[in-house]
Amino acid sequence: MTGIVGIVIVSHSADVASGTADMVRQMVGDEVPLGHCGGDPDGGLGTSVERIMAAIDAAWSDAGVAVLVDLGGAETNSEMAIEMLPDEQRSKVVICNAPIVEGAVMAATEASGGSSLEEVRRTAEEYSPA
Amino acid sequence: MNLSEAMQRELITTVCERIVAATEELTDLDRAIGDGDHGLNMKRGFEDVLSKLDQLAAKPPPGALADAGMALVMKVGGAAGPLYGTLFMSLGKALPESPTLDDLTTALDLAVAAVQRRGKSTAGQKTMLDVWVPISGLLAAGESDLDTVRRRAAEAADATVPMLAIRGRASFLGERSIGHMDPGARSSQLIIEATCDVMEGWS
Repeated sequence: MTGIVGIVIVSHSADVASGTADMVRQMVGDEVPLGHCGGDPDGGLGTSVERIMAAIDAAWSDAGVAVLVDLGGAETNSEMAIEMLPDEQRSKVVICNAPIVEGAVMAATEASGGSSLEEVRRTAEEYSPA
Repeated sequence: MNLSEAMQRELITTVCERIVAATEELTDLDRAIGDGDHGLNMKRGFEDVLSKLDQLAAKPPPGALADAGMALVMKVGGAAGPLYGTLFMSLGKALPESPTLDDLTTALDLAVAAVQRRGKSTAGQKTMLDVWVPISGLLAAGESDLDTVRRRAAEAADATVPMLAIRGRASFLGERSIGHMDPGARSSQLIIEATCDVMEGWS
């Protein structure tokens, strides 16, 4: 595997997604491929499979992509989006079971050091507020 | 059963119109125990299905169901999109072009299992599965009388009222989720009821 693992942020709220992306950028700059999306297909609170697929594309890396989600529908729609990816991409995308903001920052920081997708996922999931 | 284009058209139109007509009711149910978006999300999804009516009615059931499911996945915007999308796409995958009742029974069983996997849920958790599981069970037991199916669906939706929500946004409310009908169970019941009503007109 080559390259830096990409990070995707999927929130019900476009503001939360973009604010979280800002926090990630503050930490890692442009070193880490980053995609984010929030909002249903009409722009209200919710998530959209199409937007999630586009965000994964935007953050695409051959090293894989770690997805951070907020509530239920974001996870279900992200799982659906991943299943709809081409075969060669599908196995390289994982959803992290972590809080969206902290998880995204931790995952991106880990990714910026060149860690594998599995290491990035583990770091995000191991985060627990002190 | 061979579904003519006109029959398919009637079925799709009725199901979609009933969901759209229930927007406010579904929203109110979801506002009580969730984030209040189920009505508008379902409206957006089923209106999109309805906008593809000509193309869907012209396809054999497997293709029509696959396309309708995909429309819901892309348009609904909440967890209901992948859940209903999985239901319809799985039905489409499992049904032959001219399905018999046995085919439908088998396909529904597979589709409901797929929804359970997608939602990581099972009956008894105050979700749409509390309607689809008993209806699938009814067909599997050889009961296909339309009125019986319709009544069972209504009873099953009602039975979610005293349930404690274990999955979905409503589970955040804990015991406060008790005393309200699950919006996904209600929308599922509406779809089954609409289907039974239309099929009754054919017999």
